[in-house]
Amino acid sequence: MIVEHDIVIVGGGPAGMAAAVAAYDSGVTDVVILDREPGLGGILRQCIHNGFGLHKLGRELTGPEYADAYLKEVEARGIKIYTETTVTAVSPDRVVTARNREGILKIQAGAVVLAMGCRERSRGALNISGTRPAGVYSAGTAQKLINCEGYMVGKTVVILGSGDIGLIMARRMTFEGAKVEAVCEVMPYSGGLIRNIEQCLNDFDIPLYLSTTVVEIHGKKRVEGVTIAEVDEKRRVKEETKRYIPCDTLLLSVGLIPENELTRSAGIPIDPITNGALVDENRETAVPGIFACGNVLQVHDLVDYVSDEAEIAGLGAANFVRGSKSEGASVETVPGNGVRYVLPQRVHTETGKDTALFMRVTQPFGKVRFTVKSGDEVLATAVRLKAAPGEMEKIVVKGDKLAMAKAPITVSLEVVK
Amino acid sequence: MKRELICIVCPRGCAMTVEGEKDNLTVVGNACPKGKQYAIDECTHPTRTVTSIVRVANRVDTMTSVKTEAPIPKEHIFDLLEKIRAIRVEAPVEAGTVVLPDVYGTNVVITKNVK
Amino acid sequence: MMYDVVIVGAGVIGGMLARQLSKYRLSVCLLEKENDVAMGASRANSGIVHGGYDPEPGTLKAKLNAEGVEKLFNVAAELHAPILRNGSFVCAFGTEEEENTLRELYERGQVNGIPNLSLISGEEAREMEPALSEKVSLVLNVPNAGIVCPYELTIAAIGNAMDNGVCLKTNYAVNGIEKTEKGFTVTSAAGEVVEAKYVVNCAGCYSDKIAQLVGDNFFTIIPRAGEYMMLDKTEGSRVSHTIFQVPSVEGKGILVSPTVDGNLLTGPTAIKVADPACTETTPEGLEQVARLASKSVPSVNFRQVITSFSGVRSSEKNGDFIIIPANGVENMVHVAAIDSPGLTSCVAIADYTIELLREMGLVTECDPTFNGTRENPHAFREMNDDEKDAYIKEHPAYGKIVCRCETVNEGEIRDAIRRNPPATDIDGVKRRTRSGMGRCQGGFCMPYVMRLLSEENNTPMEQITKNGAGSEQLKHRI
Repeated sequence: MIVEHDIVIVGGGPAGMAAAVAAYDSGVTDVVILDREPGLGGILRQCIHNGFGLHKLGRELTGPEYADAYLKEVEARGIKIYTETTVTAVSPDRVVTARNREGILKIQAGAVVLAMGCRERSRGALNISGTRPAGVYSAGTAQKLINCEGYMVGKTVVILGSGDIGLIMARRMTFEGAKVEAVCEVMPYSGGLIRNIEQCLNDFDIPLYLSTTVVEIHGKKRVEGVTIAEVDEKRRVKEETKRYIPCDTLLLSVGLIPENELTRSAGIPIDPITNGALVDENRETAVPGIFACGNVLQVHDLVDYVSDEAEIAGLGAANFVRGSKSEGASVETVPGNGVRYVLPQRVHTETGKDTALFMRVTQPFGKVRFTVKSGDEVLATAVRLKAAPGEMEKIVVKGDKLAMAKAPITVSLEVVK
Repeated sequence: MKRELICIVCPRGCAMTVEGEKDNLTVVGNACPKGKQYAIDECTHPTRTVTSIVRVANRVDTMTSVKTEAPIPKEHIFDLLEKIRAIRVEAPVEAGTVVLPDVYGTNVVITKNVK
Repeated sequence: MMYDVVIVGAGVIGGMLARQLSKYRLSVCLLEKENDVAMGASRANSGIVHGGYDPEPGTLKAKLNAEGVEKLFNVAAELHAPILRNGSFVCAFGTEEEENTLRELYERGQVNGIPNLSLISGEEAREMEPALSEKVSLVLNVPNAGIVCPYELTIAAIGNAMDNGVCLKTNYAVNGIEKTEKGFTVTSAAGEVVEAKYVVNCAGCYSDKIAQLVGDNFFTIIPRAGEYMMLDKTEGSRVSHTIFQVPSVEGKGILVSPTVDGNLLTGPTAIKVADPACTETTPEGLEQVARLASKSVPSVNFRQVITSFSGVRSSEKNGDFIIIPANGVENMVHVAAIDSPGLTSCVAIADYTIELLREMGLVTECDPTFNGTRENPHAFREMNDDEKDAYIKEHPAYGKIVCRCETVNEGEIRDAIRRNPPATDIDGVKRRTRSGMGRCQGGFCMPYVMRLLSEENNTPMEQITKNGAGSEQLKHRI
């Protein structure tokens, strides 16, 4: 039996909840959220540290508090929630198939918002050689075991990757009595927020080794140590720098990958750089009526921006249901010098509305000027005192300027002396 | 004295320089007044907000989380963690509930609801 | 009790022997030193059903490979072990030497009685297999070959054997075999004792050590490690055949093959190792796999690697299987040096071994209660949505997905922990259900799997292991 709902939201983390609230508040009230976990909130439930919400809610919250703030909004509106319900398929004509302990659920949706989040890159994807003992965890798995279930995963720890989860876990493990021997980062700069290096590593004298990686894992049954080594600018291992660090645990914080299996199954084209769907300014994918937001679309640095993006997608989905979708001419956006990607990848130019472009830079820069151009027409510029790949940049293009874009929009940067 | 530090107040992570003597410090590089205050505090009496976990005694392998309502002196972090480790709560618990009042000038409160 | 037969080693050989013996009115005990079955060569190998063109005519390998292919397809079907006849290509890359080797293999295949072999040109091969390298000039087409999941086959065989009364003892490291008046006492390192009338040594890489316990020193196992890389299912349809290169003395070369689960497998290397427990991967080995696999199929995308692993094969200097009565004692058989095509031949090897046991006097009277069919552990996966819906309404745990990458549900995991041979650790659940085998490699599901193991076996979480004692995942409860 197929039931019908106006908007089906796949995933009840920060993106899904914000999208649901935005859609509801714009007038489409028949919204359902499907989530595989017993409660909404997604990964925020295990992120017990503070630092969330300053931008979006004006106060500094922990992860569970940020999630709870949105959950209250969802519940206040009576938005229907299915927990412990896993979506197994989304069809291009917006039939969502899900499964829970009661059976198979099929919903014909007016619009679908994909908000499945992301997963961590695993050891296998890194292809680290050596043995395959217990004690190798992705940082998020360790975080869940410690923060939610209350089990300590190790006593002496090496962390590979300086993404934010890795940095946060270095402090967390230290708080629980573990000794964090080192954080190794293969790149010459950290992928995490600079303040996390300060308050998670420097506060506790945990060394961060840049241009350094784990080349081998040792130990038959449980990790006994790792060999680390420096790498050159082409990421080749410098043999003479190899050294052994005894440890019982290796945590991996080596990147997040948007979880787009459902997206692909719906035939939605994926951007090879973001690993998320190609979308327009409403976060609508190339399949009409299917929207995407949050970390399934692009890996964000801050949850606050996830919520922002989800509100755009939620409103877009509601407008789609109402039959008032963006029309008219559209152009592609293209990353130029120093810019790794630009999202949305396509924008409608005749909407008259200001449109924000989001991007990440290719490497750390000092002071830079971003220029948004279409052909010879400069649509916007922005100066930043510094720019780093770990942080998302946002540049707003005014509606009247956007109307002048007849050719692809390029965003590039130049270093300002 | 002269000290360079990274602001941890918000994700922006401003690089700041503090110069001068204890009662007369100047801060350069901050983008907001909170940053200036942080820099001065960091050079005179550094503080941190502490977050950790507390076991829910009447649920199988379930933890709730806690935080200090205000930053506490940095040198007391591990003392406080020891105190937090001894706490047990019983579900249902609600965020905001004080589980350790009046420590180092603030309270330790629950941050995660457990039904 | 006095067992009729004790088998040392619960790999695919020992396991299949146990299953074939369970057809008869016999008491059989299967001893395994590890925490689970299929932990040696059967855990990590290419999973190929070899056509049989390769072994030297007149050898045991030639005989048992040729007999073994159809026997394996039949038994795997009864056991519901995933198996697929996808055919294989053996490729020459433009040199006369390699092409001549292929022609020799073709002739050898004719002598060995392998059906439907043919030599086809590179162009013909590329028509069937478009991703094949332009450099491939001649191909031996082996349509009777296939692929099988080696550990699932082992698990299924042992599960079926246990369902038919065979006793499995894991964590039983045999360290003594004494001949007594009535038969044998087989003792473990931990001091346990099992008695039996007949003993079969199926100890894989350790079969020479087991032979030495009865004074047999006439063969020495040379463990050879092979490194592999497994790629995501997005690469799984890169080729449909198993793509070999012309074999060398070192082995059958680096292959590129789909797996029965829809992944793409590349490997193995062949490196002699001192210790059979040495299953480390090396940067050099993995580099070699990628380089040589790309030679056959240049488009393989190695960014899609989800895991790498190494398996150790038990070879011997004479190159043939060793399946013979022990020298030192009566009523014992060594089944040793079972390297490739051992997996292909496993049913034929079991039947051949039973024949040897009969010659020694073992009485094999058919057991009318024998049921050779094992319930399909993947039945749910194969249902349509309506059938799944109905099944979940009866069995709600099937509605809770635990491993999202491989869509494994709680019911399937609980079954794997309950049914024969029971999974007792995380890797055991993984081999039986594929939970944790997908692209996230257990990042999301591992805590849940640990919880289910803890619940089902009434074991504290801290004692849940990855693969037996010493591999506990957690240090302590906070």
